[in-house]
Amino acid sequence: MLKSNRTTLILFLGPAIGAIVLFFFIPVLMALLISFTDFDIYGLADFSNVRFTGFKNYMLLISDPVFWQAIKNTFYFVVVAGPLSVIVALYAALLLNNKLVRFKAIFRLTYFIPVITTLVAVAIVWRFIYHPRFGILNYILDFLGISAIDWLGDPFWAMPAIIIMSVWKTFGYNMIIFIAGLQNIPVQLYEAAAIEGAGRWQIFRNITLPMLAPTTLFVSLITMIGMFQIFAEPYVMTNGGPLNQTLSIVLYMYENGFRWWNMGYSAAIAFILFVFLLIFTIIQFKIQKPENV
Amino acid sequence: MRIFPSLILLLLLVATGCTTVDNDRVLLKIWALGAEGENVKKLIPAFEKENPSVTVKVQMFPWTAAQEKLITAFASDNLPDVFQLGNTWIPQFSSLESIQPLNKLIENSPVIKKENYFEGIWETNVIDSVVFGIPWYIDTRVLFYRTDVFERVGYNHPPATWEELYDVSLRIKKTVGIDEKYAIYLPANEWASFVIFGLQNGADLLKENACYGNFSSPEFKSAFEYLIKFHKQGLAPIGISQTTNIYQAFSEEYISMYISGPWNIREFKKWMTDSLSDKWMTAELPGPDKNTPGVSLAGGSSLVVSKQSLHKDFAWKLVEFLSRPETQLQFYHLVNDLPAVKSAWQDSIFVNDPYMQAFFNQFHHVVPTPKVAEWEQIAFSKVQHYAEFAIRGALTVDDALAKLDSDVDRILEKRRWILENKN
Repeated sequence: MLKSNRTTLILFLGPAIGAIVLFFFIPVLMALLISFTDFDIYGLADFSNVRFTGFKNYMLLISDPVFWQAIKNTFYFVVVAGPLSVIVALYAALLLNNKLVRFKAIFRLTYFIPVITTLVAVAIVWRFIYHPRFGILNYILDFLGISAIDWLGDPFWAMPAIIIMSVWKTFGYNMIIFIAGLQNIPVQLYEAAAIEGAGRWQIFRNITLPMLAPTTLFVSLITMIGMFQIFAEPYVMTNGGPLNQTLSIVLYMYENGFRWWNMGYSAAIAFILFVFLLIFTIIQFKIQKPENV
Repeated sequence: MRIFPSLILLLLLVATGCTTVDNDRVLLKIWALGAEGENVKKLIPAFEKENPSVTVKVQMFPWTAAQEKLITAFASDNLPDVFQLGNTWIPQFSSLESIQPLNKLIENSPVIKKENYFEGIWETNVIDSVVFGIPWYIDTRVLFYRTDVFERVGYNHPPATWEELYDVSLRIKKTVGIDEKYAIYLPANEWASFVIFGLQNGADLLKENACYGNFSSPEFKSAFEYLIKFHKQGLAPIGISQTTNIYQAFSEEYISMYISGPWNIREFKKWMTDSLSDKWMTAELPGPDKNTPGVSLAGGSSLVVSKQSLHKDFAWKLVEFLSRPETQLQFYHLVNDLPAVKSAWQDSIFVNDPYMQAFFNQFHHVVPTPKVAEWEQIAFSKVQHYAEFAIRGALTVDDALAKLDSDVDRILEKRRWILENKN
């Protein structure tokens, strides 16, 4: 009995585990090793050109102002765009969950479409929206009496411009999950609260929000992890400029690895990003757990 | 469970089966980029007719993925017999030891001779007197300018010197209003103009066998200061490159001068229509003074032969075939790529084209960028980075150039180590 059980286990889990080990754990381990070397284009030519450099890549990164700029930009992006995306999503979900709203399916679809549209196409359209001379956004601002902003060309406005686009692009997904979460809240709770005479804010504060806690945890984790890896938006819209104000960690990693072939340096960036993600995930779990129990 | 490994074996068999060719036929693979890749196919039948034992397989791939794809192909021993390289990539691929030195083949070649090519262009393919590539098509950057605007400000000729370029810019700016329009477009976040003007001023960009940065040299510094003067005084726009349609800007006199290459001629013709069609011209770049011609960059693509190729003789034959003047002309008709072979330029299509004269003359004054594998990184990630900082006033010129040098020194550390320990 036990033996056949093992065979079944191997048969069913084996391929999946094998694939994960082969295509995930081994490459990750290799990347970790590479991050302790100066593997680059010379190393590709002749392996004897690769030097084991210990923590040198990490030390260089610490003293690399561009890398710090990339970290700063990425945190700026995560800290502003992350909560913004979650709040907008929650707000949209609450609206769409309201019994008074009609044509729910159409609204849901409209808000969700940006999520499934190719980012490159979206970014190109937004580049036109942000155009300093002919963009519709500046046209509207001009109408309101606000002078034109060079959205993607001004070091101060480039990141906000990317954040706005990114929130617009991502909130639909979170919204769908929030709607599912809202629909799971038992109606009796609301009925009981209504009988007790609770106001709308009290109901939201004491029933909806606590009941949504697990959903919120999930949504904010996924959003945050995704946002730490921001790459395509600046890659297509600004290429990291102006003055590196939109250079993200992953974009910097990509440039070092696949444009300049400094694989060792690039791998070191990847592992620093990994550590950031790990720390943030742990913090988020710690914060949200007590409410969960 | 035994099925699994045998399945893999079977797949492997199929995979290797695909690459074997009958003994009497030779399969020659050539990779080319973008439009060249699409159109070189049309030249191949003539070559196959001359060499009945050869089948040529052309593969096209886009410019954006080119370097990545070629380097991964090298890493997995999958490089084609012949491939196209942007001529600034040659140092990289020669340091990978992936491309074949061609000196011996050139010596015995009836078609390919050094003197058939523009000197500066040929030079991009030579590293320590070893020739690694044969120029296929060429380009360089010249000045595109609005003749009507020039006339309006009292210039009936393009600027010949830096002084004239600055003077005409000031005059244009005066007539077009203070901040709505500009005289010249010198992208703040592109390295090309900074490097061109530095080279014009006789700057050695790298020093000591290209092992250290030399951007703080007086030659580069004065060229750099000359250029950012245009931005600081509002003669050139700073932050418009992300979104602006340059052709439209040119047709609206938003800018009246632009330094660019032959790839833009067709676009400019498309935008400068009707009454504007004869209101623009190309000109050689101005020089720092009257006696020094303004040099430009030696651009274009070369054909190289892979070191791994099993059919180097046929690969070379294909390179020779593509380098014949008549094939070069045919190629120009297909993709508008300028021929690398000088004799092809005597064809009426070039002689009668007014826009081509500036290019033909400019090709006599082109120079390569430093031929080190790290150049692309230096240019794209460092030169334009610090140029932008200086233009936007985030750093002083001296600080920007000093930081540029120290960054470049760090990038070149590996090169120094290799030169010290490997030779």
